[in-house]
Amino acid sequence: MLYIPCPWCGPRDETEFRYGGEAGVAYPADPDAVDDAAWSEYLFVRSNPKGWFEERWVHTSGCRRWFTVRRHTVSYEIRDPRPIGEST
Amino acid sequence: MTTSYVEPYVLPEHDVPHWRDVDPKRSYDVVIVGAGGHGLATAYYLAKNHGITDVAVLDKGWLAGGNMARNTTIIRSNYLWDESAAIYEHALKLWEGLEEDLGYELLFSQRGVLNLAHNLGDVREGKRRVNANQLNGVDAQWLEPEDIKKLVPILDTSRDVRYPVHGGTFQPRAGIAKHDYVAWGFARAAYERGVQLIQHCEVTGVSVDGNRVTGVETTRGPIAAGKVALCAAGHTSVLGDMAGLRFPIQSHPLQALVSELLEQVLDTVVMSNAVHVYVSQAHKGELVLGAGIDSYNGYGQRGSIHVIEHQLSAALELFPIFARAHVLRTWAGIVDVCPDASPILGLTPIEELYVNGGWGTGGFKATPGAGWVYADTIANGRPHPLAEPYRIDRFRTGALIDEHGAAAVAH
Repeated sequence: MLYIPCPWCGPRDETEFRYGGEAGVAYPADPDAVDDAAWSEYLFVRSNPKGWFEERWVHTSGCRRWFTVRRHTVSYEIRDPRPIGEST
Repeated sequence: MTTSYVEPYVLPEHDVPHWRDVDPKRSYDVVIVGAGGHGLATAYYLAKNHGITDVAVLDKGWLAGGNMARNTTIIRSNYLWDESAAIYEHALKLWEGLEEDLGYELLFSQRGVLNLAHNLGDVREGKRRVNANQLNGVDAQWLEPEDIKKLVPILDTSRDVRYPVHGGTFQPRAGIAKHDYVAWGFARAAYERGVQLIQHCEVTGVSVDGNRVTGVETTRGPIAAGKVALCAAGHTSVLGDMAGLRFPIQSHPLQALVSELLEQVLDTVVMSNAVHVYVSQAHKGELVLGAGIDSYNGYGQRGSIHVIEHQLSAALELFPIFARAHVLRTWAGIVDVCPDASPILGLTPIEELYVNGGWGTGGFKATPGAGWVYADTIANGRPHPLAEPYRIDRFRTGALIDEHGAAAVAH
């Protein structure tokens, strides 16, 4: 089980969290101007690296806030927990 | 009776090798990346159906050591949507003649798959799926609780439990096979037709000239190829990145487990989406259990223990007698999940580069069908009719094949 460091509550068991996938995927600034290919990319395509990955979690059983971590998808090591919008 | 060995104990002779390791040649007509079930089946059907034998199947590890060694071996075709029923039923028909075709025993056992319904929503979904299956020529039946109790006496069908059994769908032609034998059977048959199987040869780059693939870079040197066929399940995205292609795929750990060997108590496959577990009993006697994916992206071939706890508690809910069984081992594979829980099979934006991936949690059952269809697609440079709906551009056109809720969450 992952041991996930919530920026507000500290490290807790994975079962207290829900996964949010890749971090930093912005809603298109002008959705009407986006063509089908770009809209498809926004809806369905996410990075899937074997290595370090910026991702989102939400502390559903705790403070219920979203945050960003950097996690290695092979070792599962987690670094740099931070509130959304803050850079490391 | 006990057996005592007289020292020195002599190891049994190895069987005749089914294939020989070779060093890769400098070029091939077709290079298949990934020597799992799908890759080996593709190579076999390229040789058998299309006469294309200048083929190498590369694997970064050993033959069939990825998901082919880690799945729970369930075979069925009772999918809701026409596109899915077509390709999985094609696969099931091939399974039914595969032992004869390969001349190899696969322990293919059509013991049926039972999908349980625990609430009104499940009942409606199940009956709808049975009707859809019958329209598509897939054998499917709706069973009432009393029929289910006869079929699986050890299942708790009493009414006062958390997940009462309100009925279920049953596909009698579904079943299991011995996954390793399937890989070895395809490997031997492909090898006998001239296909080269190259283990411990990791692809590190995809070579593209203009908009046409020319080969692959590997840990054992560059290999030129007229056609390159990606067939690497959980690593499809990693290979796509090498070619500058972003696939709508996320890789997740998927865990399974087996019990110690037990007397035969279960002679069909039981799946439950609401409770979220599926279980069968292997020929040797171990209970084989699987569940859903771990939530997070991962290539680590291991998952979190709470997922195992959850699936065991689900199993105990259905089968109270499993309480005394011991877990022998748990493991995980890496599954490649598409947003609509259906695979991507066909051409890519790069000429002569093909992709077969995104089978998620359910690729094993498709092995012969996927290999057949993929080989035809590669040989002819256009999607096989059964692969047509699985084009990558369905995510742009919106023609998704949404099997997430439709077929069964668990594959």
